[in-house]
Amino acid sequence: MEKRKKRNAGFIAGCVITGIMLTLTVIGFFYTPYDPEAMSAADKLAGISPRHIMGCDNFGRDIFSRVLKGAQTTLIVAGGTVLIGTVFGVLIGAFTGYFGGLLDEGLMRVMDALFAFPSLLLALVFVSLFGSGTYQVILALGIAFIPSFSRIVRSEYLRCRNLDYVKSARLAGASHLRIMFVHILPNIYTVLLSSIMIGFNNAVLAEAGLTYLSIGVQPPDASLGEMLSNAQTYLFSAPWYALGPGITMVLLILGFSLMAEGMKR
Amino acid sequence: MSSILSVKDLNCFYKKESPGSMRRKRVQILHDVSFTMEQGEILGLVGESGSGKSTLAKAVLNMVPDKSGTIGCEDAYPQMVFQDPYGSLNPAKTIGWILEEPLKNRSRMPKEERRRNAAEMLSHVGLDEKFLERFPGELSGGQRQRVCIAAALMLRPKLLIADEPVSALDVTIQAQVLKLLFSLKQDFGLSILFISHDLRVVYQLCDRVMIMQGGRIVEMGRSDDIYFRPQHPYTKQLLDAAGIQAYGEK
Repeated sequence: MEKRKKRNAGFIAGCVITGIMLTLTVIGFFYTPYDPEAMSAADKLAGISPRHIMGCDNFGRDIFSRVLKGAQTTLIVAGGTVLIGTVFGVLIGAFTGYFGGLLDEGLMRVMDALFAFPSLLLALVFVSLFGSGTYQVILALGIAFIPSFSRIVRSEYLRCRNLDYVKSARLAGASHLRIMFVHILPNIYTVLLSSIMIGFNNAVLAEAGLTYLSIGVQPPDASLGEMLSNAQTYLFSAPWYALGPGITMVLLILGFSLMAEGMKR
Repeated sequence: MSSILSVKDLNCFYKKESPGSMRRKRVQILHDVSFTMEQGEILGLVGESGSGKSTLAKAVLNMVPDKSGTIGCEDAYPQMVFQDPYGSLNPAKTIGWILEEPLKNRSRMPKEERRRNAAEMLSHVGLDEKFLERFPGELSGGQRQRVCIAAALMLRPKLLIADEPVSALDVTIQAQVLKLLFSLKQDFGLSILFISHDLRVVYQLCDRVMIMQGGRIVEMGRSDDIYFRPQHPYTKQLLDAAGIQAYGEK
């Protein structure tokens, strides 16, 4: 009972943090204090002040406005990545885990091959093939994320397929597809959801990493990774430049991590 | 009386992974099993663990891929009640959903009618209508097994296979569920293949009994004959182990 309370506290904290971050991101679609791309020579590397609550960057752009826009990009990339990873991961994992046999062996070896590459390296390959940009990054990271999702889903299907309720679903006349997605899928929901949360965090970090290597989102579009990578140059002269996007990313990841932890059984 | 199920020369095999080699060993589980089951009877199937009782049940339900022999079943969709009431109900679905599922797949019944049918079936197994909205996790073992029986009867099968339906339950609950099975048999005109390792339960319930050992049926006959005049040494041994020998001697 005590343990349960503790876990719920973490979960609620995660929800609150994520909720605030998401709200700010959504607000960023309609309103930012300044134009995130408007430069101003006078405000170049201006410090934290009531006018610019996170200071200004090396072009005199308001960092808070850019963080709001950048968080959007980051969330869209992370969301798209997780969406691709989850949809294909669930499909592949469900078929391989449920049917087993040759299909399982074949597809899992392909997944092993994909998994053997570090996801960043794989993304680099895709970017060099398709060019850099937001959608390319989503596609590249999404494909790199498929193996880990399909493995988790496959192991859950392996566990469930021999349970009696699956047999009785067969006797009740349910088709294999119906059993896979109507009978079994709701039972692996919790596992899937917490791995989605973890995957989301990894995607945020991977996007930042890619942009940091300047192969992700292209300027002048803002993303948290791009801002951090620029801020590195001014780490000593204008430390607040790194502070704004850095704290935002930490809070985003912390929120999702806490939620993921809370959801685990 | 006409037969509902006739099995002839049934052989079943499983593939067994042998450690250290890629090749799988083919293990024979059932050896030339033949029997017929009459309409409306309760046929007991007794044997130790691993003797092939459950495999026989699975074979009848067409769930064993590697088999030879003929199985003639009068019922298109025979149903089964499983041993473990905790594993045989989908924990993510409500009782109502579980009961409606067979009708969704096998009939074109409209939603309200399915619901009414499910509620009706619940009352047949002695449960209140309010259970429809509950999840399996909220039910006791006995209640779950009643739901399992109800779910198996939703398609009005003529043949019901009960694989150790009461061995996971308390003794008092066992008696209730057995009584329920017996009354349902009469209400629905069921034939039941009752698998158990509990000889006392089988004697109470069954018209005829088959004794199984190592994938073969070693003895078969009316319950009284099996219990009072066992022929095969293995049958005697089983009765002995259950402490029923005394009846036979007298």
